[in-house]
Amino acid sequence: MGLLDKKYQDSNIIIVSLEKALNWARKSSIWYMQFGLACCAIEMMATAASRYDFDRFGIIPRSSPRQADVMIVAGTVTLKMATRIKRLYEQMAEPRYVISMGSCSNCGGPYWEHGYHVLKGVDRVVPVDVYVPGCPPRPEALLQGFLHLHDKIMKESLVEGIGSKPVVIHDKGGDNIQVKSAEETDEHKTAQIEFPQQDVARKKEGA
Amino acid sequence: MTNVKEKGPEVTLTPPVDAGNGLKTQEMVINMGPQHPSTHGVLRMELTLNGEIVTRAVPHIGYLHRCFEKHSEAMNDYNKVVPYVDRMDYVAAMNNELGYAIAMERLMDIQVNDRVEFIRVIMAELQRIASHLLAIGTFGLDIGAFTPFLYCFIEREKILDIFEKASGARLLYNYIWIGGLMNDVPADFKSDTAAFVKSFRPKIKELNDLLSHNKIFIDRTANVGVLPDKVAINYGVSGPSLRGSGVKWDLRKDDPYSIYDRFEFDVIAGQGEMGTVGDCWDRYIVRVWEMEESLKIIEQALDQMPDEGDVQEAIPKKIRPPAGEIYCRTETPRGELGYYIISDKSTTPFRVKARAPSFVNLSVLPAISIGAMVADMVAIIGSIDIVLGEVDR
Amino acid sequence: MKTAEELHRILTDKFGEELFELKQDVPVAPWIIVKAEQIREVSKFLRDEPGLRFDSLMCLSGVHYPKENTLGLTYHLFSTSEKHKLTLKVIMPEDDAHLPTVEQIWKTADWHEREAFDMFGIRFDGHPDHRRILCPDDWEGYPLRKDYQVQEFYRGMKVEY
Repeated sequence: MGLLDKKYQDSNIIIVSLEKALNWARKSSIWYMQFGLACCAIEMMATAASRYDFDRFGIIPRSSPRQADVMIVAGTVTLKMATRIKRLYEQMAEPRYVISMGSCSNCGGPYWEHGYHVLKGVDRVVPVDVYVPGCPPRPEALLQGFLHLHDKIMKESLVEGIGSKPVVIHDKGGDNIQVKSAEETDEHKTAQIEFPQQDVARKKEGA
Repeated sequence: MTNVKEKGPEVTLTPPVDAGNGLKTQEMVINMGPQHPSTHGVLRMELTLNGEIVTRAVPHIGYLHRCFEKHSEAMNDYNKVVPYVDRMDYVAAMNNELGYAIAMERLMDIQVNDRVEFIRVIMAELQRIASHLLAIGTFGLDIGAFTPFLYCFIEREKILDIFEKASGARLLYNYIWIGGLMNDVPADFKSDTAAFVKSFRPKIKELNDLLSHNKIFIDRTANVGVLPDKVAINYGVSGPSLRGSGVKWDLRKDDPYSIYDRFEFDVIAGQGEMGTVGDCWDRYIVRVWEMEESLKIIEQALDQMPDEGDVQEAIPKKIRPPAGEIYCRTETPRGELGYYIISDKSTTPFRVKARAPSFVNLSVLPAISIGAMVADMVAIIGSIDIVLGEVDR
Repeated sequence: MKTAEELHRILTDKFGEELFELKQDVPVAPWIIVKAEQIREVSKFLRDEPGLRFDSLMCLSGVHYPKENTLGLTYHLFSTSEKHKLTLKVIMPEDDAHLPTVEQIWKTADWHEREAFDMFGIRFDGHPDHRRILCPDDWEGYPLRKDYQVQEFYRGMKVEY
């Protein structure tokens, strides 16, 4: 209890640093992009539905990337889809976070060896904040992933820029959720996707 | 050959038409998906619109092509294909496993004992209910009804609990193996399932009150996306989507596999109660009443299920089928799932092709969406109930 | 309800002996091998002839036989009214695999043929929308051929693990 706290304690005033207040507000209403790829999307839906209930953490789905704070990459990322994921990520407003849900988007999962059309890890195209292991992860695991994202957001600093503080990696035997900072996944190393000229031309036509 | 195209068909838009009041109208092309909340995954549609009327719809698939067929050829054991089979139709993994196991058992001429058959049928029917619940819930969500989704998921979770007790997994089970099961069901399986059946039956009525006979829901789905029976058969549509068109066709009855010929149940077909036969509402209501039929099968199976029997007695030590091939089809919640398996007498499959029901059902979409409103596209896609994992494999 | 032998006899009576070959010494179900250029007439006959009425194409699968250097296509037909099944096979040389489309006869074949083209490189003459279906348009090679070598990069993304 500081002196200020004592002075204002009777009138519902909380003394807190601006940074902490901002982070607290940000973490308490994470809107995720309603965007399912494969099997994990069903578990993501189950997490949002009756028994597990995302809403109690202030996590609600948004259909547009421009209104979303976090993208849950739920499922296998194929090479055909990777170009679209990159584009969706670019459309999201800062600060933006990515949760990689499931083995497939972590590293290719069961498709790592013979999957000629599968991207071996979504961190090759977008930087990932939290990796949730499992095939598919249980809803509890996804919720745990969100709690780790909360921790990460709470450690953010206005001065040093968003997402720059290193975060402890929780790794107890591989079953636990890992938390990495954006640097570790190294944004610079993610692939620059080439959009061929004719593709762009077709997009201009509106196709 | 000259007719191979690198790109999709060129869009030729009609020239601007004078609307009469000095304004000109023109067709436009819009892109729906692959990130869209109502395409049930990563389906992409290229829609040509005249105002709000769809004049042309081209589905683009392959955004979830996970190379199932390549993987099955790369595995050095037929049993190792089962986990990949799970991940094809991830909403109905048990049915996929059952289809694969039956195909292999026919090829190798394996007989499994009664206990295995009964457990398989109960699991498959529970999975059918779970899958239909998800289809109904998300269909309601597409139309704009959020509450039925939550109610459906409550019931679905109960089924997943039963699966979890038996197999350890919630979604992808790897439970039905060639010649048997991964392990026996737990001791309280029968009582759990019976309790679920008892508690679920009134919920169907609740669901009907909540969604099926809701005025807004009927307005959005009746007379929309009508699929005539002749067109459906020619396109190879199967499952509830075919039965919604009034065709009483169910492989469990018409080409029986496993022990389905021992049970009494009806094949539900759409009757055009709210509009035309074969509209979205018909396809939807078929799923609702099919859950009731599945309950009937589960009840009968629980009564007759033998308590004794080793679920692993018929599992071969080394799976080495005779050189040959088989096409075997089973009825999954989405329709006819066929496996075309070629064996070259080694332990590695030579070719495993899956004829996925969603893949075929989706191909009818361009035919039935012409003339629909753009908002109806969501209803049509939802009523066909596709799973993209199965479409793209 | 007709067996494969009866169907084979009907087909040879109609089209001539030399076009068809009945394979019977196989487990589960026999099949009939059809010449590639004949597949369309045979399919039309099978669908429309009273007593045959194969109104449904259950499955159409491409197969690569690396030892013989051939590509095969297997048609699994079924009649919903007569309830009989038939398996047709077409064998083509690997370097020049093309045959007439049956898309106009069974609409099921539309996407299945596109898939066979995508995975095996089998060309279908007369197909109205002949392009890749699962892989992207600018993909190299035909993945399900047994000698397939995956490309190293796709649009700047590494393909291998």
